[in-house]
Amino acid sequence: MTGAAEQPALSVRSLSKRFGERMAYEQISFEVGRGEVFGFLGPNGAGKTTMVRTLGTLIAPSAGSASVAGVPLSEANGVEIRRRIAIMPESPGLYQRLSVRDNLACFADLYEVPAPARRIAEVLSMVGLAERAAELCGALSKGLRQRVALARALLSEPQVLFLDEPTSGLDPAAARDVHELIEGMRERGVTVFLTTHRLEEAERLCDRVAILNTTLRSIGRPAELRDQLFTRALLVRTASALADPAAVFASLPALEGWHAQGDSAYLLEAADISALAPHAVRALVAAGADVLAVEERRHSLEDVYLELVGERREEAAR
Amino acid sequence: MRLSRRRVRGVVDKELRDLRRNSNVVYTMLVLPLIFLVQPVVEVLTLSAHSAAVLRREHTLTYLLAIPTLVPAALAAYAIVGERLQGTLEPLLSTPVQRRELILGKALAVFLPSLAVAYVVFALFVIIVELFSAAGVAGALLRTPYVLAQVIFTPLLATWSIWLGMVISARFADPRAATQVAILVSLPTVAITSLIAFNVIPANLRVALGFGVGLLVLNRIGWRVATAVFDRERLITGSR
Repeated sequence: MTGAAEQPALSVRSLSKRFGERMAYEQISFEVGRGEVFGFLGPNGAGKTTMVRTLGTLIAPSAGSASVAGVPLSEANGVEIRRRIAIMPESPGLYQRLSVRDNLACFADLYEVPAPARRIAEVLSMVGLAERAAELCGALSKGLRQRVALARALLSEPQVLFLDEPTSGLDPAAARDVHELIEGMRERGVTVFLTTHRLEEAERLCDRVAILNTTLRSIGRPAELRDQLFTRALLVRTASALADPAAVFASLPALEGWHAQGDSAYLLEAADISALAPHAVRALVAAGADVLAVEERRHSLEDVYLELVGERREEAAR
Repeated sequence: MRLSRRRVRGVVDKELRDLRRNSNVVYTMLVLPLIFLVQPVVEVLTLSAHSAAVLRREHTLTYLLAIPTLVPAALAAYAIVGERLQGTLEPLLSTPVQRRELILGKALAVFLPSLAVAYVVFALFVIIVELFSAAGVAGALLRTPYVLAQVIFTPLLATWSIWLGMVISARFADPRAATQVAILVSLPTVAITSLIAFNVIPANLRVALGFGVGLLVLNRIGWRVATAVFDRERLITGSR
């Protein structure tokens, strides 16, 4: 028998959601392990928020099945699932006329949090708002409201925390604060399901990412996705152009191909860059070249994302 | 699944705190009753002592039942659409709160202040009549069956109006339209109480009992309908 702790935090099997004629997402399958920070990336309208709402039991899927925090996704299990999770929507959705403390007190009652006053003080301390508990939410900056929304999501000590675009519209300093809070969640072992447009955010925070554009385009660790999509390559810069680069590179072990990048730079493709690099440097020196730089060419998660969602092809078509 | 008292109380507390700080809603709560208070006060205070006998054949007090009909309708109409407008509905629905708990909490948070306003306005009317009306007018007007009817029908009418307001609030996207429609659909109830006040419908025990039983049945149906139309998916996405 599989214990609850061994079950994935989220298990999604062939899930689809249709609104009339429009398909929000289609045939999505993935699993998220307990304590994992999982990024869900995609362009506007890709179905990210709809997926969060579905897994949060706010809307019903059109087809497929899922389990959330170990509970099968169904209308009958809605209350039990919502007890085990918390959702922080893109817009904080705070009661502007109520104080920070009153906002949290309401949600502490809705989650039936034991010892609510103590727990409210704890979560406010976690998000650095202990001193501002009495202030009205309407008077807070957007960044501070986002922190209150995060405190609200943490009140019930959820097993799975859904963060829908948590840094949307925040300035870099406020976004960094939110990132630190998410890293804190990871240290506490909370499973985080993060939807975002900010690819550097996903790359920095997420153990694995899924790229969605109505259908699931790819899923894996950011480095794995890069390797799947792009051949690894070594970028070599020399002081001047090589007289016969083909002759220099011909005997390199592990080399899969090469091409020039301008007058005096060469891109050497190989599956194992670390095996190639020393041989390449030796060959260049032996050929009398002045080597200025040897570096691995890195593709960002943004490259992966753009490749997968097809924007590059659209740009090329234009 | 059992209802959680704590979750219902959480909704009520939040609603009442928010209500106290929402000046627009407070004005609506105060202005409507004052409008309905002015006409009977003027009528009663201008009566001479020898006209008091006329009052024994009229049912002026019934007119004041418009207050527990209209005030809760206006408040309840804002209950759900207001959450949508503020963007607070999604976080609220993401909690374990059941729709019955949410509807009950919101209904109680409208019921309690509406009842308080209706009874305070009625008490104010009684005090004005007792202190400032001509001799014999108070005795002719404030007869026990009518005072009793006021006390009993106020919560029944308020509850009915709350269910109407809630149903409208769950179906509309614009709070102003919801409030206007809620007041509009409450007018037939006001018309009935006004027809009794103006003697078109006879005011007797049988009519009172029929009216009371009818409201109890309607309130039972209203609770079910208000809960049924509260559809999380439609409220969040605007479609189903």
